[in-house]
Amino acid sequence: MAKPSLAPRDPERGKEPSGLQGAKGGGTTHGPLELDRLIHERMRLAMVSALAVNDSLTFNELKRLLETTDGNLSVHARKLEEAGYVQCTKSFDGRVPRTEYRLTEAGRSALQRYLDHMEALIRATRRE
Amino acid sequence: MASPQRLGPPPGDTPALHARAMDNLSFIRHTMERATAFTAVPGWGGVAMGVVALAAAGAARGRPAADWLATWLGAAVVALAIGGWAMTRKARLAGTTVLSYQGRRFVLSYLPPIAVGALLTAALVRHGSYTPLPGTWLLLYGTGVVTGGAFSVRVVPLMGLCFMALGSVALFGPPAWGDPLMAAGFGGLHILFGLVIARRHGG
Repeated sequence: MAKPSLAPRDPERGKEPSGLQGAKGGGTTHGPLELDRLIHERMRLAMVSALAVNDSLTFNELKRLLETTDGNLSVHARKLEEAGYVQCTKSFDGRVPRTEYRLTEAGRSALQRYLDHMEALIRATRRE
Repeated sequence: MASPQRLGPPPGDTPALHARAMDNLSFIRHTMERATAFTAVPGWGGVAMGVVALAAAGAARGRPAADWLATWLGAAVVALAIGGWAMTRKARLAGTTVLSYQGRRFVLSYLPPIAVGALLTAALVRHGSYTPLPGTWLLLYGTGVVTGGAFSVRVVPLMGLCFMALGSVALFGPPAWGDPLMAAGFGGLHILFGLVIARRHGG
């Protein structure tokens, strides 16, 4: 199975076709067919997807899984946290700081809405 | 904030939209598969493998080298068949398959050390060297469990490390320790960790 690439595929990646454009994220309420731009970004979509199938993941586990850098992961995690999609818990494992992320109910709903949106798009384009 | 836009792509964008939506769904599925630990390592299957090993240890004790080897190889075939069946069954009950992404990673990481063990066994037996076999088997089986277990729950690689520790002792300890260490490893460790996995990780 081909490994999903998290790297940008082309410089136009951020510029979706107009049908994929939608509301900016930020934990705001979206209609069923409005795109949540916050989790549409690949790295954040991957984080939310990974957290959806785990109770929690540490910063290092996410970094290894998504094959990204500390800085990149921090930036995207903060955006998801600010939107209320993930919950971040900081603690110490002995003397080593440990940052753990969990998907909130809002985050789970956002992913479900996103999946519904993609399925609706596929149905809509098939009918044409 | 950008204003929300509804579905309704311009006619020319339809194929691109369809492909992009499919790509996004596929990306989510692959990420979820990669992020899921392979939990189909069978606990009760491990216990059964341990019982087979203890029976083999009893049957092989004090037998001539050729019989000793045949007993243990027969037990290995039976135990691996039990393990494979139990893993397939546990994966199916969990709604997944051994051929899932995580399952394949587990199996493909687990098999190479086992294959090396088979080759080394053939080479050592060919030269009439039976003494290093218990250490070799324990070490390489443990290596397979550690490498495969890297994609599973944490108790699995821990079990592999215990096998490797016993294998190291068997390899460099007195030859008389070989059989008791095999019983402790293939019998005791399988039963002990099998019970832990069965209790904590769904059978």
